Amino acid sequence: MIDTVINKHAEISIQAEDFDHGFEVNLLENDNVEDGAVVTFSGRVRNNNLGLKVKGLFLEHYPDMTEKLLAEIIETAKKRWNIGRVKVIHRIGQLAIGEQIVFVGVTSKHRQDAFAANEFIMDFLKVKAPFWKKELTELGETWLEAKTSDKEKAQAWSK
Amino acid sequence: MIKVIFFAALREQLGCAGTEVSANNASTVAEVKDALGEKDEDWKNYLANNSLLCAVNHQMVQGDFSVKSGDEVAFFPPVTGG
Repeated sequence: MIDTVINKHAEISIQAEDFDHGFEVNLLENDNVEDGAVVTFSGRVRNNNLGLKVKGLFLEHYPDMTEKLLAEIIETAKKRWNIGRVKVIHRIGQLAIGEQIVFVGVTSKHRQDAFAANEFIMDFLKVKAPFWKKELTELGETWLEAKTSDKEKAQAWSK
Repeated sequence: MIKVIFFAALREQLGCAGTEVSANNASTVAEVKDALGEKDEDWKNYLANNSLLCAVNHQMVQGDFSVKSGDEVAFFPPVTGG
């Protein structure tokens, strides 16, 4: 019964407002006694990039396509690993230093599945989900360039 | 008409978030790009960037992908979320 209620909480949320890390962990854990492992990742805005002082970030996305892509990534992870609950949150809009940007939470019976699936979801979010970051530094505003290392990290899952 | 939208750096370069192209002038994604490039030299140059990605109706596609009236075609730079 409670499971049905919790499943109604969307697995994906794209939002401008901040999220409560503890609340999200509770949602993954509440009435979920089958799963012994809970792995969460959260990404925050750091104050430096490529040797420059960062003052803030602006996050843009492609509404609807973002949700579709993230759902596909989660489905792929569910086929590959034995995982229970999944939650992905990504913020958009103007973000200040230290603010949370992204959250990925995964539960599983044993830790290996949750660890791997969490990293997999994050790696593919990075290279597939249509989000773009614009950085505000001491030199002005710049759209960030995609990193080859992120592409290689995602490709490594198919080896 | 084919609906065309732009994101991030490309949107700012073109100074435009979206436009339309007649389906009579384009039957593939590459032809949509060509039709848009006829606007002026700036548009032509910015859209010639090889790293640009394209999605049709929220699905990632290559340049030879067919398009028809009513489709939503999006052009954007490589993604940088997370």
